[in-house]
Amino acid sequence: MLLSGWRARIAWPLLRLLLTVVIILGVFGVVLWALGKDPLKAYRDTFRLNILNPRGLSEVVVRMAPLLLTALGVAIPFRAGLINVGAEGQFMMGALLGTWAALNLPGLPAGLHLSLVILAGMLGGAAWAAIPGLLRALGWVNETITTLLLNYLAPLVVGYFVFGPWRAPELAMYPQTPELPPSARFPTLFGTRLHLGFFLGLFFLLGYAYLISRSRWGLELRAVGGNPEAARRLGLPVERWLVLAMVIGGALAGLAGIAEVAAIHGRLKMAISPGYGFMGFLVNWLAFANPFGILLMAFLIAFIASSGFTLQITQRLPYAAVNVLMALILFTVLAKPLGKGVKG
Amino acid sequence: MSWLLSWISGAILYAAPILFPTLGEVVEQRTGMVNLGLEGLMLLGASLSFAVSFVTRNAWLGVLAAGGAGLLANLIYAWLVVHRRAHQLAAGLALMFFGIGMSALIGKPYVGQMAAVLPKYPLFGTQSLFFRYDPLVYVAFVLAPLLWFVLFCTRFGLKLRAVGENPSVAYAAGVSPALVRYIGAALAGVLAAVGGAHLSVGITGTWSEGMTAGRGFIAIALVIFSRWNPLRAIVGALVFGGAVVFQLQLQAMGVGVSAFIMDMIPYVLTVLVLLLWGRGVRYVAPASLGRVYFGAE
Amino acid sequence: MCEPDKPVVQLQGITKRFPGVLANDQVDFDLYPGEIHALLGENGAGKSTLMKILYGFYRADAGTIRVNGKLAHIRSPRDARLLGIGMVFQGFTLIPAMTVAENVALFMAELPPVLRRKDLHRSITQASERYGLALNPGALVWQLSIGEQQRVELLKLLLAGARVLIFDEPTKVLVPHEVAALFHVFQSLKADGYSLIFITHKLREALTCADRITVMRQGRVVGTVRPQEVREETLLQMMFGERLAEISAKEKRKPGDPILELQGVWTKPVGTAPGLQNINLTVHAGEIVGVAGVSGNGQRELGDAILGLIRIVRGKKIFRGEDATRWPPRRLIQSGVAFVPEDPLSMAVVPWFSVLENLALLDLRGFSRFGGLGLDWRRVREFLNLGFSKLGLETVPERVRAANLSGGNLQRFTLVRELSRPYHLVVGLYPTRGLDVRSANAVRQAFLAAREEGKGVLLISEDLNELFALCDRIVVMLKGQIVGEFRPEEADLTEVGRVMTGAGVVHAP
Repeated sequence: MLLSGWRARIAWPLLRLLLTVVIILGVFGVVLWALGKDPLKAYRDTFRLNILNPRGLSEVVVRMAPLLLTALGVAIPFRAGLINVGAEGQFMMGALLGTWAALNLPGLPAGLHLSLVILAGMLGGAAWAAIPGLLRALGWVNETITTLLLNYLAPLVVGYFVFGPWRAPELAMYPQTPELPPSARFPTLFGTRLHLGFFLGLFFLLGYAYLISRSRWGLELRAVGGNPEAARRLGLPVERWLVLAMVIGGALAGLAGIAEVAAIHGRLKMAISPGYGFMGFLVNWLAFANPFGILLMAFLIAFIASSGFTLQITQRLPYAAVNVLMALILFTVLAKPLGKGVKG
Repeated sequence: MSWLLSWISGAILYAAPILFPTLGEVVEQRTGMVNLGLEGLMLLGASLSFAVSFVTRNAWLGVLAAGGAGLLANLIYAWLVVHRRAHQLAAGLALMFFGIGMSALIGKPYVGQMAAVLPKYPLFGTQSLFFRYDPLVYVAFVLAPLLWFVLFCTRFGLKLRAVGENPSVAYAAGVSPALVRYIGAALAGVLAAVGGAHLSVGITGTWSEGMTAGRGFIAIALVIFSRWNPLRAIVGALVFGGAVVFQLQLQAMGVGVSAFIMDMIPYVLTVLVLLLWGRGVRYVAPASLGRVYFGAE
Repeated sequence: MCEPDKPVVQLQGITKRFPGVLANDQVDFDLYPGEIHALLGENGAGKSTLMKILYGFYRADAGTIRVNGKLAHIRSPRDARLLGIGMVFQGFTLIPAMTVAENVALFMAELPPVLRRKDLHRSITQASERYGLALNPGALVWQLSIGEQQRVELLKLLLAGARVLIFDEPTKVLVPHEVAALFHVFQSLKADGYSLIFITHKLREALTCADRITVMRQGRVVGTVRPQEVREETLLQMMFGERLAEISAKEKRKPGDPILELQGVWTKPVGTAPGLQNINLTVHAGEIVGVAGVSGNGQRELGDAILGLIRIVRGKKIFRGEDATRWPPRRLIQSGVAFVPEDPLSMAVVPWFSVLENLALLDLRGFSRFGGLGLDWRRVREFLNLGFSKLGLETVPERVRAANLSGGNLQRFTLVRELSRPYHLVVGLYPTRGLDVRSANAVRQAFLAAREEGKGVLLISEDLNELFALCDRIVVMLKGQIVGEFRPEEADLTEVGRVMTGAGVVHAP
């Protein structure tokens, strides 16, 4: 009886969370210290510049847009029992196909053009995710390894176009495409960088939250993930769901990609993702595909990603250093025996 | 003719850095653990060996440091999987993040520098232009049959494979699955990091961020291709090495195809290999692969 | 060597508690050298737990173990084996991907660091010949039959130097004449001075081959007796307490129209599983057709082919007059094919779904609201409650996760989901495997009730007693073919057993 009180529900998890944070910051601090940096100053700067500063905070929220979408791109296959580690590649392919639609469909009314750009972006990610989905559904190759390998192929495809046929002639120094026409750009909110992509992310998150728990299709998808053998025997189209889950997931990751191009960068270039696909994977793992958790963890990881840029500037650390921080988080989470699998 | 010679010669050279992690993963998977963190381990090995080699002017010290770091890093993975019963794929990806990040931190000051590299010794005579390799290449190709012998002809190998097939049975036979898995992980950690080190201080003599370019994942595909057999791993590594060199040669000859397209060759090849050999592995793949072992009680 | 009148193994006051169950309660047990001691009791009586404690797989909460009179602390199977105790488990502890020799070598105490294959093969051949356990040391275990695998298990123990041999339900996987052969091996082992413990829930077997019988019920020892001193009735009383109601005897009747017809059906073999070869089988309304066979001879494939889960490459499947050869599982289910599996947790439900959610999976379209945007849980609940009362079964809490239900409760839920809707044919795939007696009887009653209502029933089982009690006809499968057909009232068990292993004469129906 005592254990079911507030201590067990709130106090202990909170304490554990606090302890986790302290451990992670401590270990990362040691790494920074070993590299001759001042960890306390680094932490102070990051906090000051990304949370207390309104502009910094809004940048963190801007970064949540791709993270919400890529996390959903991992979460939906996850619910079907698939491990999609390919959101990074799907992100790039979404950016690619979306850019194609933006650059090659001129003269359309603004709203229509933008819708087509978004659809093309989603299609790019979906198509890229359909490959491992199909291979898995046919029982040929496990999706984990193929999605990982496709992550290395996607930037090469993008590179081919950005360095080749689509390269903007006026900027010889930087390989990138010409600027997207205004009709293909994502609208932003009141002059901030908070763009349509963020609201689409929230919209899809809400849709996911509702459909996965309440709808017939959500139950079906979770049944396929929960026990494919039983699902097959109950006559559910297991293979179709596997492909569909990957395709929907890929579409959302692809949307994240085109959103970054059409809202933030304005052009397609190689450096459009600081690893949003992988971060999305991390967000989903931390949240265990729980919608509210995804929102929370997307904020946390967005904050860490922003901090990465802060550290890059203030401490002259390579951006990839945030990967260490994320690894530490994942290590700590994995080291804690959660005891249970995905919850239905 | 000389083109063919240089192709074969290069294929052997480029097979080595992929053969190391593949062999390590063969052993680790034979104990029942899938480690997706090879890529991180390789990067860690590549950057650390380069840094140490740069500072001490001794490439061997670099290789040694890489091996040690790989061992320790992979023990984190093994601890998570064996003692904390973590999801193997997630733990492997965490290790990948860790390696990518750490290698970037370690290697930052050395981007664009040149470091001491391993000495080269010819395979046939001293005159030949081709077939001159650093000792690690020889080590890799000797290690494969050695590991095959250990896995299939010794008592320890029998116990190791038993753990991968069914840890409960192995436990019943008086083998400690945890210990065997730690040993497997330690070996895999060393080998993956040495493979990375071979890239930086053996082949290129430089460090750049992400220089392993997915070799860690390709190694996992090669493990499937090799059917968890170290001898077949040699074939896989040579095929991959051949693809890399082929693509380098095409680029050097100035074939009018985008470098990006040619860079795709190894990845596409790997996916094809998986498609052709990744099926029907029942009674070939270690049966407990990827499963959490909850112990006897 | 041990003195003849002192027990080799003596367990005293063994108590073992699992969450929610007292598996062993103050159990005393002893074993004398050169003795065959049967441990008798129904499923869940605590026999296996007790033996696993002796073998070091579990540790007792209280109690002592003495081996050869000395107090022994057995913390692991390794400790047990060092004391000369070996165990043949129900699910074998063999590694299918390895050879016989490798499996045996793994358990040998003195193995050189570098294996000498020749020596190993020689010692295996010697030992196997001595006890008539013909085996090829180089064969891969997954290619062996169940009976052969059991021999490998035994060989493993003998070569590991065990003197006390524990067998956990060894006859469960064997056909009658193989059982006789095993008992023969038991006798020659006994003659060589080995001490044997033999767990069983089959009374006759205990009476046939044991020197002493210890009966367990609900975690306690009821008593130890000598077979020549007791009657079957007394033993039954000891096993079950009050007499259980016998399954109501079925009355003879004429079967109705054919519900399911398989005409020359073939399927592709997958891996080691045989494909179906030219199966001709008809199930009529109001008839229970049993499928007997040693497991792995195509029974599962037969079920799956009927349920539309594997492709029929040649031949026809007719369901109530319609060609259903190519129907997907969904359509078959909707047309009235029900399925009751073994181990419903892995084959019929999603473990972390609640009972209600698992029920809704049966007909998601039917239970949908707003075209699928929501589900009508009220109707699902009504269906559930109605189903339990229709079948006359104890209800199961609807909000509990399937994984947290006991095997019996879960199988009752499966029965409700499958059999309380309109249907015409039910396929049972080892539906009573691993269940306690009461739950198994509930399943059998439900199948008999289905027959009464004029449904077609196909019952795949390895329990010949069950098949003989329930079925109107029994077909026997071997290597993907139907090799015999019997009427229970005209055949006897041993004869069917012979046909199951391909040793018997094929009977025309």
